[in-house]
Amino acid sequence: MDNYFTVFGLPRKLALDEGELQRRFYDLSRRCHPDFHQGGTAAEQAAALGASARVNRAYRALREPLSRVEYLIALEDGSDASEGARDTPVAPPELLAEMMDVQEALEEARAAGLDANGRAALDAQRQRLCARYNAEYEAIVSRMADWDAAEEGAATRRALLAWFGQRLATRAYLSTVIGDLREALGEDDDRHGAHRRH
Amino acid sequence: MGRIVGIDLGTTNSLVAYVDRGVPRVIPDDDGRALLPSIVAFTAAGVLVGEAGRRQLTRNPARTIYSVKRLMGRGHDDVRDELAHVPYEVVPAAEVVRIRVDEQEVTPPEVSAHLLRALKQRAEAFFGEPVEGAVITVPAYFNDSQRQATKDAGRIAGLDVRRIVNEPTAAALAYGLERLAQGVIAVYDLGGGTFDISILRVKDGIFEVLATNGNTRLGGDDFDRALADWLREDIRARHGVDLAGDVEAGQELRLGAEAAKCRLSSDERTALTIPFECFTYHREITRGDLEALIDPLVESTLGPCRMALADAGLTAEQVDQVVLVGGSTRVPMVRRRVQELFGRTPHSQLNPDEVVALGAAVQAQILAGGITDMLLLDVTPLSLGIETLGGVVSVLIARNTTIPTMAKEHFTTGVDGQTVIDLHVVQGERELVRDNRSLARFELRGIDPMPAGMPKIEVTFLIDANGILQVEARELRTGKAASIRVTPTYGISEADVARMVEASFEHAEADVSARLLIEAQTEADTVMNHVERSLRQAGVLAGAEERGRIRAALAALEEARRGEDKDLIRERTTELNRVTKPLADVMMEAALKDALASRRADGILESS
Repeated sequence: MDNYFTVFGLPRKLALDEGELQRRFYDLSRRCHPDFHQGGTAAEQAAALGASARVNRAYRALREPLSRVEYLIALEDGSDASEGARDTPVAPPELLAEMMDVQEALEEARAAGLDANGRAALDAQRQRLCARYNAEYEAIVSRMADWDAAEEGAATRRALLAWFGQRLATRAYLSTVIGDLREALGEDDDRHGAHRRH
Repeated sequence: MGRIVGIDLGTTNSLVAYVDRGVPRVIPDDDGRALLPSIVAFTAAGVLVGEAGRRQLTRNPARTIYSVKRLMGRGHDDVRDELAHVPYEVVPAAEVVRIRVDEQEVTPPEVSAHLLRALKQRAEAFFGEPVEGAVITVPAYFNDSQRQATKDAGRIAGLDVRRIVNEPTAAALAYGLERLAQGVIAVYDLGGGTFDISILRVKDGIFEVLATNGNTRLGGDDFDRALADWLREDIRARHGVDLAGDVEAGQELRLGAEAAKCRLSSDERTALTIPFECFTYHREITRGDLEALIDPLVESTLGPCRMALADAGLTAEQVDQVVLVGGSTRVPMVRRRVQELFGRTPHSQLNPDEVVALGAAVQAQILAGGITDMLLLDVTPLSLGIETLGGVVSVLIARNTTIPTMAKEHFTTGVDGQTVIDLHVVQGERELVRDNRSLARFELRGIDPMPAGMPKIEVTFLIDANGILQVEARELRTGKAASIRVTPTYGISEADVARMVEASFEHAEADVSARLLIEAQTEADTVMNHVERSLRQAGVLAGAEERGRIRAALAALEEARRGEDKDLIRERTTELNRVTKPLADVMMEAALKDALASRRADGILESS
């Protein structure tokens, strides 16, 4: 079965050489990009368009560690095919509990505005959460090689995938809360860029 | 095959360029001018375009259309505040903006088509042969409707629009051809009416856009407007004359402000004199005066720059070069702010007025097969999504995704016996549908009546290399294509475009049908040649049954080709294309496998 790894002729592994992936992406693009098939028939142009769209999607999914993990989870689940919007990740319950005080501070800020103390408190929270957000990334990346090393179909792999899924959901949730904090702090200038909710 | 040219269809000026023995060049008019002012005047003596149109600005303001690019692909509500500033009349309450000129109404694509036609004629006079196709540039941040409107304008002008290409990336191609671009490039493009920032990685001849951002309603026009408003206020204070509502005086002020702004790019101070009927206005303006007025406008370009950097996953220090494009980057304050943001001196070795057209010519040459070592991989500037319950957007394709790209989504019915499914497609970055840009409504029709939830419709949303959406749908059980009725929110219907195309032909009907027949025959010949070659080269990749189908369709087309029925020729060409699509797909797959075979599969495993 064709998947984004096989599009690039790659084994299904998380730790891959991103430079080599980029070179393969460029090679494939030179073959299938519609720019180079303008003289062809409508059928040939449509084939180029479809192939190019697929190569581009595949590259986007694999070029960064986290999107790669996300794609692998979907692929192993067998729910890949849609290539479309994914379910909203559910944050772990203990994280929700932990965020209670942040949410309360946010409510207060929304209702009554911010004084200097409140601002400092939110800012400190934001910095703490940003650090955690980055730590989640490091945690995921540090265990990618473990998944690659484990046997196909092994319980370790399934456990790792579930763990990856949790980390990703945590990260998505943190991103939302960080976005809310930025907004409350009046830094939402870049908001509908950097912290779009998914 | 006719020539393909590159066209920069600008807010203030438009240009046409071509590649001459590997060097892109702008085609000048008879008087040696490269720039065609983007002005179209409807007069008793006919339509005047460019310089001739410009002379009508103050004489005939209500019938002289300028900056029409700001209206392309927009609805009346979008441009409400814009309209306060233009002297021509826009018809209210229409979904698509229509401009009233005496008794008739014209759409922005029709106005733009006059500009494109003038450039086409200029190029044809220069080459002494017909121009058939064009690559036309648009701001990178243009949405689907604005791109489609530009493509429509090309069709109305009798041009086969081979590609819509983004202005900043076109500029990068021009720099790349001159070997002036390598590494990570930021292209800051501030034109007459639009602003774009694009971040690209240029490596091994591939121009990969990493992120883009911008504002399609911010440019030099707004600088002029700020200065003109300030002058109007000054006149009121010093002469006690209120010029608000005086259309001709408004145009004089606007043109005076524009000229003063340009002089202030090189001079520290300048004098402005405008003779009005009852008095002569004289005023000295310093660069400081202008900078105080435009400061918030220049500042507002920096947010999009930061967002583009963030989306590209880069910091300002990681940018190797900053390139300035567009006439408004001549303003010293703009250069200064860009330099401060990126921490390096921006450059503009290629003429900022011409570089986009030159890049469009390079892209035209790539499409014609004349340049094979350069490839542009652009992105879609805005996220594409569909409306879900509660008016919330579900994103299908995120912004800054490399195009072409596609997303597939499954839909079903909610009511027993339902035969139609409605989809509402929007573009934008906000959570709620109402805060985004409505693109179109799609009606999937002809679904067999079944209990709710039984039908499975797979819809493919494909954004092509022009950044324009194509939608296909099929029922998964039967595999049959579902018919789709598209209602663009801010577009002209296909039927109206076809009517405008026809109306624009100046020739007799006989000429038109003769031309259409020749076109159909030429295309049939091309397709037949290609298919015969494919069968020779790769026929084994298709099964015997498939080969049989292709041969039958080929024979049918050959037969039609001997006659003069252009519709039949078209129909059978389409059929031949349809039956050869699987073979084309297989051949493309084989080509990709071949490309991979030249790389060792084991070299890719992480070793570092």
